[in-house]
Amino acid sequence: MARSASEPYDLAVLGAGPAGIAGAVAASEAGLSVALLDASDQTGGQYFRHPAPTLRARRPHALHHDWPAFARLRGRLEASTADHLRAHHVWTVTRESADAWTVHALTGADGDGEHPVRIRARAVLLATGASERHLPFPGWTLPGVVAAGGAQAMLKSGLVLPGRRIVVAGSGPLLLAVASSLAAAGAHVPAVVEASGYLGYARHPRALATNPHKLLEAAAHGSVLLRHRVRPLTRSAVTEAHGTDRVEAVTVTRLDRHWRPVPGTGRRIACDALAVGHGLVPQTELATGLGCATRRTPDGTTALALDGLQRTSVPGLWAAGETGGVGGWLLARVEGELAGLAVAAQLRGRPAPGGRVAELRRRRDRMRAFADAMAAAHAPGPGWTGWLTDDTEVCRCEEVTAGHVREAVSGLGARDARTVKLLTRAGMGWCQGRMCGAAVACLAAAGTAEGTVPPSAERRPLAVPVPLGVLAAQPEAAQPEAAQPEAVQPEAAEPEATRPEGGAGPHGRADPA
Amino acid sequence: MARTPAELAGAEPDPPFEITFDGRTVTALPGQSLAAALWGAGILAWRTTRAGGPRAAFCGIGQCFDCLATVNGTPNRRACLVPARPGDAVTTQEGHGHGPLGV
Repeated sequence: MARSASEPYDLAVLGAGPAGIAGAVAASEAGLSVALLDASDQTGGQYFRHPAPTLRARRPHALHHDWPAFARLRGRLEASTADHLRAHHVWTVTRESADAWTVHALTGADGDGEHPVRIRARAVLLATGASERHLPFPGWTLPGVVAAGGAQAMLKSGLVLPGRRIVVAGSGPLLLAVASSLAAAGAHVPAVVEASGYLGYARHPRALATNPHKLLEAAAHGSVLLRHRVRPLTRSAVTEAHGTDRVEAVTVTRLDRHWRPVPGTGRRIACDALAVGHGLVPQTELATGLGCATRRTPDGTTALALDGLQRTSVPGLWAAGETGGVGGWLLARVEGELAGLAVAAQLRGRPAPGGRVAELRRRRDRMRAFADAMAAAHAPGPGWTGWLTDDTEVCRCEEVTAGHVREAVSGLGARDARTVKLLTRAGMGWCQGRMCGAAVACLAAAGTAEGTVPPSAERRPLAVPVPLGVLAAQPEAAQPEAAQPEAVQPEAAEPEATRPEGGAGPHGRADPA
Repeated sequence: MARTPAELAGAEPDPPFEITFDGRTVTALPGQSLAAALWGAGILAWRTTRAGGPRAAFCGIGQCFDCLATVNGTPNRRACLVPARPGDAVTTQEGHGHGPLGV
């Protein structure tokens, strides 16, 4: 729809993965003006990461299940009126008035601050996806030890592998996908090491029976693994990575049902890389910073609490996909469309198409049931901390060891991740606790009577590092009118002073810690 | 059966170009990130921590900041996000990575 440059968008969608694209398509097809922002240059999010056009991949579908369905969704986005704003790293969202939001972003491949941008919109759809959960173990900072999703991402976008002989370990359905794509791309995968079993799924026969697509997907991964003679080892974990300059071998140890390593069961597997991850965590920083209510998922993550029309607890903010609980791309697509239709109905003051909404809600509820069953089957057991030694680094950025964290808990009385952070600096570095947050929360909970304090929902005022000059150039918060016309469009020229000279080291970024 | 990722994806990239890593020549493909180009050359570490440990790309999606490198003299660039360009000079980033005050 026609929209003059001085008007706000009807809807800003944050995240151009399946949920965000589906939401942008549905909303713009319903007549809304839509801005779709993503940190990447490409659409697809993490799941549908794909090679840059100049790599000229003739078979992108070989890297993805469901590529044709994604290509169709992307085609609808390209045919829509939605503005796709690439390489926009959103660092915060602010409320200007009852129905006006400002989305603040840094542009550039790594958000290096060349052009701070403010986008105004009447409603915001948060489709920021998920990131990987990591549990530390001795040796996990060695070069060659990479995130499972990270190995997958580098393969899908850059067509590279971290080694030739890659052990895949951790927990969750992502591991099978990662192992099968690494093997298909030429890596030797000596083992897939899963801390849980797959029998947990059998406790949810109804969720399995009504989601045949998921079974087919698992069967497809299974057959690839079988063809490449990849050994699945369940109820086991990599409890140590060995090497000096890079990983040379890992120790795989049996676990009991609480994920406690069973003494005397360790054995060494030679490898030159390890891809490791323990499930996915909804990425909710922007939403929790705005006060959106959250819920606990069966595997202990914090997801946004959403109503039947994908509304968060904050009026004007919707969410779709993994932000509301990890559930895969098909669920994300359904929720995105539902949210797009709901936003359009609300802004236009007319009911959403009832039949379509009812159908989408049915599909969403069915897939959510499966996601919950899967999350329960792979929930980390409390015994994993048994494989930490006192000198295992927990916080990679600040190089804080498990011994230091335990001292803060047992010696100094810390009972939550925030107190541990204040005492030890764990979670205070560049990544702001994204890598160590889950682990630190577990170790802090060990000091409580129940041992099960849920990790606090992450509340950070800034979602990505921001040069101080960008903050200094912000208009006063008390002046909503300051949303001048030129603030609507991506601003080509902020004052020169906002450009970081040289590196924005810890001095040069606003550190919310 | 594919033996390389490029074969699997049926990639016929545009002509490769050269970058350097600590003075050594590395071949990159157009469209690869700096981290992908370095992995492609078998290089898995391009940063040392304050305590001296070697590090590089871990999360692969711009969140862990372990892949920070000095690129063309500018420290703290996330190599997994920054696209490789012909002639880029990547150098190992040592220690805290403080540059001049960045404002």
